[in-house]
Amino acid sequence: MTDVQRPNRWKRFEDWDNRPLRLDKFAREDPANGFAAFTSPSDPKPGAELKAGKIVSMDGVAAEDFDIIDAFIARYHLDPAITPEAMAIPSDRLARMLVDMNLPRTDLVRLARGLTPAKLADVVARLNALEIAFAYAKMRARKTPGNQAHVTNAKDDPLQMAADAAIAVALGFDEIETTMRVSRNTWSNALACAVGAAVGRWGTLFQCSSEEAEELKIAMAGFTSYAETVSVYGTERSFADGDDTPWSKAFLAAAYASRGVKMRCTSGAGSELLMGFHETKSMLYLEARCLCLQRGMGVQGTQNGGIDGAPVTATVPGGMRELMAENLIAVWLDLECASGNDARPTESEIRVGAKILPYLISGSDLICSGFGSILAYDNSFNPSLFNGEELEDFLVLQRDFEADGGLTPVGEGQTLDLRARAVDALSAVFEALDLGRPSEAMKASVVAASGSADTDSYSPGAVAAISQKIMERGITVIDVIRALQERGYEAEAENLLRVVKLRVSGDYLQTSAVIRDGRVLSAINDPNDYQGPGTGYRTSEERRREIVEIRDTLDQGAVLREEARFEKGEAARILYTPKSAAMPGTARNEVVIGLSPAFGLRLFRTTAGHHLSDVARRMTDAIAARGLTVRFVRMHHTADTSFLGLSAAKLSGSGIGIGLQAKGTAVIHSADRLPHNNLELFSNAPITTLDHYAGLAANAAAYALGEQPEPIVVSTRGEAMGARYHAPTALIHAIETELVQNGAAPEEIDLTFLDPPTGMKR
Amino acid sequence: MTPELTLADYPLAETRPETVRGARGIPIDRITVKAVMAGDIGMEDLRITPAALLAQAGIARAAGRQTLARNFERAAELVDVPQDIIMDTYEMLRPGRVNDPADLIARADMLAHDYNATAIADFLREAAEIYARRGFFAGRSEGAT
Repeated sequence: MTDVQRPNRWKRFEDWDNRPLRLDKFAREDPANGFAAFTSPSDPKPGAELKAGKIVSMDGVAAEDFDIIDAFIARYHLDPAITPEAMAIPSDRLARMLVDMNLPRTDLVRLARGLTPAKLADVVARLNALEIAFAYAKMRARKTPGNQAHVTNAKDDPLQMAADAAIAVALGFDEIETTMRVSRNTWSNALACAVGAAVGRWGTLFQCSSEEAEELKIAMAGFTSYAETVSVYGTERSFADGDDTPWSKAFLAAAYASRGVKMRCTSGAGSELLMGFHETKSMLYLEARCLCLQRGMGVQGTQNGGIDGAPVTATVPGGMRELMAENLIAVWLDLECASGNDARPTESEIRVGAKILPYLISGSDLICSGFGSILAYDNSFNPSLFNGEELEDFLVLQRDFEADGGLTPVGEGQTLDLRARAVDALSAVFEALDLGRPSEAMKASVVAASGSADTDSYSPGAVAAISQKIMERGITVIDVIRALQERGYEAEAENLLRVVKLRVSGDYLQTSAVIRDGRVLSAINDPNDYQGPGTGYRTSEERRREIVEIRDTLDQGAVLREEARFEKGEAARILYTPKSAAMPGTARNEVVIGLSPAFGLRLFRTTAGHHLSDVARRMTDAIAARGLTVRFVRMHHTADTSFLGLSAAKLSGSGIGIGLQAKGTAVIHSADRLPHNNLELFSNAPITTLDHYAGLAANAAAYALGEQPEPIVVSTRGEAMGARYHAPTALIHAIETELVQNGAAPEEIDLTFLDPPTGMKR
Repeated sequence: MTPELTLADYPLAETRPETVRGARGIPIDRITVKAVMAGDIGMEDLRITPAALLAQAGIARAAGRQTLARNFERAAELVDVPQDIIMDTYEMLRPGRVNDPADLIARADMLAHDYNATAIADFLREAAEIYARRGFFAGRSEGAT
């Protein structure tokens, strides 16, 4: 029994409730309902039996009981010449082989042709997240990593589509994928992306995700160069529900190749769960079936790693590791991998950063199978893991880890030129083909716009009419190339023709093909040859220079130029008059303020932006207000705050001194204390106010008078001060230390305040 | 095109451009913007040929990608099959579109006979057999269940 009221909740939970993370929902492991990432009691034991060179059972199912997926895998994926040998290797050993850098990728790829879905899943499940990432770096097919962008907008505005496509090209995306809000707008979107992607350089592949038959028609007209929406599923019923079969999809794969169009399939954990036909199997096992199916179909690659199912997969324990594991199976099966990192699986930026890192450092054929190069609300696929908002975060991650994520920073001036060029080129095409006459105001709004909310351009309905005309009049890429050339967009005409010409040779139909510097690069002529440090993909010096060139970087010259802007103003407010060498004082009523070497000579503001004259004046006034005098001394032997303070204290008749650096760090010291055992310290100069400095000086006076004042505390709200200020602070401090002379004596200095300090009337 | 292509011949458009031709025989180095403006180039000239697909199949096989090679070989058979027949055949292969296996077999025979698409025809016949066993000929879109 007690009168003390017991709180009903620790308030920290309320803080946690308010974090973006708590918008995410987490599911309990529940294999019976499909919520199991790696293993389920229903997953079959790996196995394969052959009779007379034919598969008679696979993963515990006899051939006569094969469902449509088993049947396809047994017939087209499993190689009877390899299956007995590969299946006989214990899973533990295969797992170790995957992370053995001395064992070439090609050996493992050969064995994969004889491994069943259950075996593949069983092996990769034995690797932890780090091992999966490492194995992925070794096993992915093409050596040079790449990336893919989504280019869409909420209005299906073709002008914005073209401008954003041109930006995606400049950023270095190897592929751009568009889709539409209104399905009738496909043709317009595809044409606009094709024109935008031809601005700047040639070689970015483009596609328009739409209904299968329509997509193939658009490809035939030359407005797309690849396809990736050919979905496959891991259970028979989800396949049927997706309105396809392995045979229909394999037929479609051949149809795309027959038209010279690059194609990959799509699959990923969680799709069967979302469709309700998971057969109580684990996500990884079902995805292993999808991937064996894809290799059997003879597609060059896959888009996997959850994809639309990534968000639900991320709700289960180990979900993110599972997404990595299924990508690993894809590359082990020698498929090009557009490795997900697509649908945003979380509201937590920490989970976003953690999700991308393994892919960034291990590399991938296409790290994101849809990086939102546009703003999140403009993404017609739904927001991506990374969106236009966070694009610079990705660029900085590349720089942090010196890892090639396929992107290159672009300059501000360059972006406006590209956007204007793309918008003008598309407008010219529209006019030449009598599809529309966008006004100058429409064009200008798009060039400047960050997203469709800023534009005054086409509406979805107006686009539908344009799209209809393109389709009905049978306009092809040839017409667009002619229009570009006629209207003076010769480079764009050339670039567009080059991309369409790729389909004649079919070189880019090979595994993991992209176009770099005007040449086809694929697993054939750029095979991943990772075998430990110094092998595999390494950023060249030239590529590294591109990656590190993010905008707004600092160096000492920038700091000094910035400071020089304030030199004149300070000269009008304060006069520093050096006197003789400073001698120890005897007056008990003085406080000595020790200034840093560059104070008022090369540096003129604190990091909070206060004029040094104002700081010195407020401190002088505060000490005078207590009836004490101030003596200023410039230190030459040190720039360190503690020693500035201690040296000042030792010169001070009262034994109390203040150390003050130009950047605003200040300390009160006492002559009888150890160097770093000061009385009071302001270490957060960027948020220290003039009142704080006045308070600190008043306290110094109080100590000199023998009082014990309440220390002045500069309160913070937890800002990442170090992140904001460490680079400039270190550069500023280097300016101070450059002036330090060993053993140089402190110099007494008179400060004359010439004007009322800014913002203060006297 | 010689069948014995090696990995060193890849990319064909870069190493042997003279052998790469569009569907009407125009070599790729003559497919230029100038030719487009002169009206000499149509979509037909930007189409891949069976020969190019078979060459890519050879390269894929040399790289150890047997299944990819087979897909290119099936694709080579489809090059001359008109778009509407391709889309119609795809539609027939979707679940429940065809209720009688004989229809699919008839389509296989037609593709083999009219377009010499024998691998595709075998592929369709095989689908007919599996579909029958797994009930994929049952009407689905009618909503009977």
